Amino acid sequence: MANPFDINGGACVAMVGKDCVAIACDLRLGMQSLTVSNNFPKIFNYAPSTYLGLTGLATDVNTVSDLFRYKVNMYRLREERHIAPQTLANLVSSSLYEKRFGPFFISPVIAGINHTSGKPFICGFDSIGCIDLAKDFIVSGTASDQLFGTCEGLWEPDLSPEDLFETISQALLSGVDRDALSGWGAQVYIIEKDKVTQRLLKGRQD
Amino acid sequence: MPGFDFSNYNRNAALHARGVPMPKATSTGTTIVGCIYDKGVVIAADTRATSGPIVADKNCEKLHYIAPKIWCAGAGTAADTEFTTALISSNVELHSLSTGRDPRVITCMTMLKQHLFRYQGHIGAYLVVAGVDPTGTSLYTVHAHGSTDKLPYVTMGSGSLAAMSVFESMWQPDLDREGAIALCSEAIKAGIFNDLGSGSNVDVCVIEKDQPTQLLRNYMKPNERGHKERNYRFPRGTTAWLNQKVISKEDMKKYVTVETLSGDPSLAAGEKMEVDT
Amino acid sequence: MTSLMDHPSRGETIGYSFSQPTAAPVKEHSFYPYTDNGGSTLGITGSDFAILAGDTRSTSGYNINSRMVPKVFKIGGDDETGEGAHILLSVVGFAADGNALKERLDTVVKMYKYQHGKSMSVGACAQRLSTILYQKRFFPYYVHAILAGLDEEGKGALYSYDPVGSYEREQCRAAGAASSLIMPFLDNQVNFKNQYIPGSGEGHALEPKKAEPLPQETVKQLVRDAFTSAVERHIEVGDHLQVMIITKDGVEEVYHPLKKD
Repeated sequence: MANPFDINGGACVAMVGKDCVAIACDLRLGMQSLTVSNNFPKIFNYAPSTYLGLTGLATDVNTVSDLFRYKVNMYRLREERHIAPQTLANLVSSSLYEKRFGPFFISPVIAGINHTSGKPFICGFDSIGCIDLAKDFIVSGTASDQLFGTCEGLWEPDLSPEDLFETISQALLSGVDRDALSGWGAQVYIIEKDKVTQRLLKGRQD
Repeated sequence: MPGFDFSNYNRNAALHARGVPMPKATSTGTTIVGCIYDKGVVIAADTRATSGPIVADKNCEKLHYIAPKIWCAGAGTAADTEFTTALISSNVELHSLSTGRDPRVITCMTMLKQHLFRYQGHIGAYLVVAGVDPTGTSLYTVHAHGSTDKLPYVTMGSGSLAAMSVFESMWQPDLDREGAIALCSEAIKAGIFNDLGSGSNVDVCVIEKDQPTQLLRNYMKPNERGHKERNYRFPRGTTAWLNQKVISKEDMKKYVTVETLSGDPSLAAGEKMEVDT
Repeated sequence: MTSLMDHPSRGETIGYSFSQPTAAPVKEHSFYPYTDNGGSTLGITGSDFAILAGDTRSTSGYNINSRMVPKVFKIGGDDETGEGAHILLSVVGFAADGNALKERLDTVVKMYKYQHGKSMSVGACAQRLSTILYQKRFFPYYVHAILAGLDEEGKGALYSYDPVGSYEREQCRAAGAASSLIMPFLDNQVNFKNQYIPGSGEGHALEPKKAEPLPQETVKQLVRDAFTSAVERHIEVGDHLQVMIITKDGVEEVYHPLKKD
């Protein structure tokens, strides 16, 4: 039987720029090689500039995104403030490790700007909550090998929001085009201190 | 220990019984070492985290804090080393608070081995525990199944043989601080260059009596990436996009209260707090 | 958990809703004749040249067998140095099969020259390599081969193969352990996939950037950058980069250092 991480397909990538971050995902939802939907976004918003990308088994993507909506809402009610990306990272990490012996089949990615310090933040996780803190980029999903290649080749430090959009989009589109289980359009979020731009990319529909 | 939630366990075990592979966790196919010297102890680690043949993190931290004078180097499943050391660190602190004494390395090692033994090796943490306490300097290894060793120099992880070859050919019983740091970093470098599971930089931690503990993060960087030959910045407008939505700070005001606070406390948004005089 | 409570009396079988392996399965002894020696290769063509490159690391498991095992070979040269060769072959996968395949093809190309009194064309060599691979259809050479040279018009020619001889002429191709990392990068930077001409329209009306043969210097830089990137993220790639460039003037071979961790 197939690997649960590869049944539905999908890809996600986050990148750091100068005073900005970007997070992008593809839109495919499949059952093995059959595409079921070309409108299945994998990025979820939890605070004005805190985004979470989830790839892996689609049922767990839905379950986990809802679980964190609940947990983040409870946090906001208790603390009377928005959750910072670093705080969300620790919440995701401990929530996933709680299920160490029965994990969700997902690989999360966080991108955001800390509103107290104004600093960009990205990180990734394995399915049992080990945090991968990176200064450059984080990739996840069935196209992760391809994305590692494109990001490592195309990324450079201190990109402005406009340049970061081009780099992350090209890295994602070229990456998913070499993966049979990802693609069918893509969505990009460019997160700046007081502005978030969401764009729908034109990508191959095969 | 309370905390693990087995609610998905049955689902995943059923899938596994039908031939579904278990998830691939980030593992620190690692080189970690430790070495005692005349006045203290040094532990060191490489900084590569892998997922299969792919490098997941080029500069991760494998030296974990337990107490100010007890540190731990971790190999094996990355999440397990991270959370096991955090849990024991917390319990060691509580224990030290309740006894009113500085924590001992042997206490920490015992707590780790009892925790790991209880989980019969399913928690994949392979650790080097080192520290200085009122009884002196100690250095231990703890395996995932709960067995421990007490030795003057130790290595663990996939690069342990490469690192041990350095110790076996260069270790002396009367090392000083500089000698121990040099020997440990040389052992880690042997792992970095000869074991594919290890790579990138050398992290070192030096623990000595009556001296603050020094975490020498990226003590050596023998694998820095050189400059790329071409410039890969794209001309703006290279990517085709179909529509966009801009969420500005102004729009956010519709949903939440946005207040810009000035430095002047009298203009602050919140009410002034009454203070007893 | 509930199933444990439901059937406490059944003895050794615990009542899961799914079957659990009870006894150890019958031991099956087998000999697997292949190993994976890691590494990666890459080929790109231009208007009057072809480049074949590969790293020189040979691995097994987490060990490094050697830091200097070249994967790119000159085929049909006049002596053992390969002098006078006009065809290049790169092989990645199982090194022993790779060497055997190289030797077979080298002999074939030399025999052709002795028998026909002229050197073999790249197209003919490409077809012959396919035949050699397919002859071992049910005990294949476990390699991903790339063949490079110049065609009858003097243009760069590149042919890539699967282990059993299916082949195709291409502009660029990456093979081996890090092929999944390198190939999408090449799509973007050599064939300009997903790139459009800025300001040529809006949304669907934008004009795609056309791929055209790149100058030799650009291709050399792309090859080096592709490999330094692959070395960063793939543990089986590293040590040295071997680059061979074939032009009408012959074959030039260069080595570059790569990271050794």
